Order: sequence, then structure tokens, then C-alpha cells
Amino acid sequence: MHVLRYIDDVVTLKLNEDACVGCGACTLVCPHGVLTMNNRKARIVDLNGCMECGACAKNCPVGALSVTPGVGCAAYIIQVWIKGKEKAACGGPGCC
Amino acid sequence: MVKVAMETDQSSCGCNEPQQNRCCSSKPLEMLPMYAPEDHRQTAADDVPCCGPPAGPASGMHEKPGYIVCRFVEAFADTPAGLVPRVKTRLAPQDHLGTLRVRVGIGRNDYKVAPGLYALGWPDANAPVLVTANYKLSFDFLRSQLAGVHAWLLVLDTRGINVWCAAGKGTFGAREIIDRVRSTRLDQLVNHRKLILPQLGAPGVAARQVKKGCGFEVVWGPIRASDLPAFLAAGCTAEEKMRRVTFSMAERMVLVPVELALTRKPLLWAALAIFLLSGVGPHVFSTSAAWGRGVLAVLACVAGVLAGCLAVPCLLPWIPGRAFAFKGALAGLAAGLVVVLAMAANPNLTGMSAAALIALATAVSSYLAMNFTGTTPFTSPTGVEKEMRRAIPLQIGAILLAAGLWIGAAF
Repeated sequence: MHVLRYIDDVVTLKLNEDACVGCGACTLVCPHGVLTMNNRKARIVDLNGCMECGACAKNCPVGALSVTPGVGCAAYIIQVWIKGKEKAACGGPGCC
Repeated sequence: MVKVAMETDQSSCGCNEPQQNRCCSSKPLEMLPMYAPEDHRQTAADDVPCCGPPAGPASGMHEKPGYIVCRFVEAFADTPAGLVPRVKTRLAPQDHLGTLRVRVGIGRNDYKVAPGLYALGWPDANAPVLVTANYKLSFDFLRSQLAGVHAWLLVLDTRGINVWCAAGKGTFGAREIIDRVRSTRLDQLVNHRKLILPQLGAPGVAARQVKKGCGFEVVWGPIRASDLPAFLAAGCTAEEKMRRVTFSMAERMVLVPVELALTRKPLLWAALAIFLLSGVGPHVFSTSAAWGRGVLAVLACVAGVLAGCLAVPCLLPWIPGRAFAFKGALAGLAAGLVVVLAMAANPNLTGMSAAALIALATAVSSYLAMNFTGTTPFTSPTGVEKEMRRAIPLQIGAILLAAGLWIGAAF
């Protein structure tokens, strides 16, 4: 997305270009056009446009992509801080 | 009345091995009537004379004790996989009311349809299979876009949650797809082995796992249901813009009512705390001060809520700053100033009090705007965590400052 941009230089998306087999699945599933195919290899073209949804990593057949998607919800993250990851729950049925 | 399926693209057939006794071309589906034909028996002369208006219609043929047929079903198709309900593609007033209701946050955790197989139009063994979640809003959006399309609808049990959120939680996942394909005996219904999944299901579904688990290949459909007819007509290919998520003003505003609804209970508790704090003063506790001053602070709090939950989503691209906490702080500052200026004539509004109100509105708006990151389709969780580490201590500090100034202003 070009008009709406978020904080730069924080995204955890990583691509191992050597491992990439050029199947193109990542370019099909990314909702922000972060990756494109170039010379039968995937390439990240808009790292800061990534929202860490994990679709690319999930669908890469060789695990060339990695990302650490979280919940991204303030209430949940606060709970992790206070109660630790084990005990943190999502806000409950009324939340997301 | 039976019809041959139209508008199904050949590429979704994939029928390379003709099944025995079944040819690749359509096998007509038998549609069963919803009601038994009316029995117009005349009353005999010695029967009890008729009193009042005639009795209502007989119960439908498909109702069973303990079950009612959903209003959006218009027929049942008799298929090799059993009876499959054909759903209407036009939404009824009841559906629109349901949409409105969940969009303001009422009962949105229990707005489901039964998972399983449904039919759109008159699909046959070659018709595409579209997969979706059992959140009724998702279901309604999908069927309302598919008038004139003949397809099977495979509804997954995502516990009543929409596709994208369910994908994040894992309920819109390979396991559920495999189980649902098996339990609905989909392989006996269609000749091909392709499932069209919404692209936003991808975070939860590894396509190759589905293939391994049930033999069906995943085809990634467009992001929006409204692009499905064009996608299908183009032989299951999508233009780039069908694969990009957007966050227009309309898409942002539709989220606001739920954001506001979620502040109801916290706001009540905040009001209580505010009234208690407002009464503290030289005479230990004064109820007239509690009310007179409390009202101002509650007003500032509400202004902060409107700034963070309404103004920020609405004006998102234009408010300076990348971090939502920062955008919220700016909006809250403005809201606080508006309240202070509007209430300038109020005798309870001293300089210290005004500063307290502005700090309060700023902190509330900043926190709520920061929370909105979880409702957007473009913020990274890593970025959210980064801005939260910086913003939350500041928000807490601002609240404490506001409380201190507020109480101090009473002395």
C-alpha cells in the first residue's frame, strides 16, 4: 500500500535467495506486493510494506522465507509483558 | 426444475480421468421442493364449521425436529454427496439488520452459519468450489457477490470468525480444510480436484499440506469477494489489484462503531474514578465538586475517546507521524483544547484543571489510537511492539500528571 505506511526498518521478514526455487507462491499470496519474481527467484521489493502476516513463509515449499508474525494487538502485548507469554490471553470473546 | 451449469471455466475442471459411468459434462442436479404441494381437501359437511381465517402453510419438507431451515436457503439439491442447500444470492432485510448489528459490536461472536457444503446457482460436477469461513458476515458478503455464478461453497468451521482473523488464529487452516473436504464427501461431488481459497486465508493455510491431506489443490482467489466473478470468468487468474489489500476511508470507518462500543465498560469505570477524584479537596470530599468538576473531566475523557476511535481512523493518512500512538496524541491534544475552549466560561476550569484535561484527552486518545493498530491491514506487530514500548510509559505518565493536576487544582 503506498498511501498508508507504517514504521520503517522494523520488519522481521527474511528471504534466503539461495534456497528459493522460484515457485512464485509468495508473490501470489502477499497482500501488499512485497515480493516479486526476478530471474526465476523471489526478491523483496518493498520490505517496509510488509505487515508480517506470514502468508509467504507459510506457503514457501522450501522454507526460504521467515517472519515472526505476532498478534499486533496492544491489549495482548501488554498482557505478555505483565503475565508472561504463557498466561497472556487475547482480550477475550469481545476482542478480535 | 433442473439446469445445466453455465459460466464455469474449463480450467477448473481438470478432469483428466473420466470416472466410470460419469462423463465430464454436467450431470443434472435434482432440486427438491421446499414444501409439499398444498393439500386442498374440502371439509366434509359433518366436519366442524370453519372458524377464523384458514390455517397457515404446512411446515417445509426439510425441517426436522430440533432444526429450522435457514431463511437464506431457497432449495435443496440432491447430490452424490447428499442434500446440499442452495443459497439465495440476494440479501434479505434480516441479513442487512444482522450486518448492522454485528458492525456495532452486538453479538458478533455468535453470528455463524453451519459449516459444510452449500450450492450457489445450479452447480454440477465441474463447478468450482469456493471456500470460506462460517462467520455469517463473510458468508453473506460472498453469496451476495455471486448472483449468476454456479459454484459449490465449502464453509469451514472457523468458530464464527472471518477469514483473515481465522487464518491468523489457525482455524482457517489446512487441517480444517482437509477435515471438511472429507466429511462433506466433496470428492464424490466434483470431478476436479481444486479448491478456490480467498487470498487472505494464506497466512493460515500451507497449500501443499492441503494437497497432501485430501488431494485437492489450492487455487488462490482474489482478496475481495466482489472480484470473484471476474476472477472466475478469466479462468481463475487475478489481476494485480485483485491481490492487494486496501484500507480506504470507507473500510476504516466501518470499523469505528465496534471500536467505540469496546470503550463502553472502561469508560464507565473511568467516569467512576473521575467523580471520586473530582470530589477530593480542602473539605476532604465534596459531592458538589465531584459532580461539577467531574462532568468536565468525563467530557475530556469522551473527547479523547472520540479522537482516538473516530478521528484517527477517519483521518489516518493525513495525521502526521507513522506511530499510531503519536497520531492519537495529536488528535487527543486537539480534542482536549476544544473541550477547554468550549468550557472556558466554566468556573471549575482553572489553569491547572485545563492542563489536566488536555493531558487526559491526549493520553486516552493516544492509547486508543495505538490499539487501533490491531484492526489495520498494514501495521507490522514488530512495529506495534516498538511503538508501544515507548508510548505506554508516556501514556501512564500523562494520566498520572492529569490526576495530580486535577486534584491539586481543587486546593
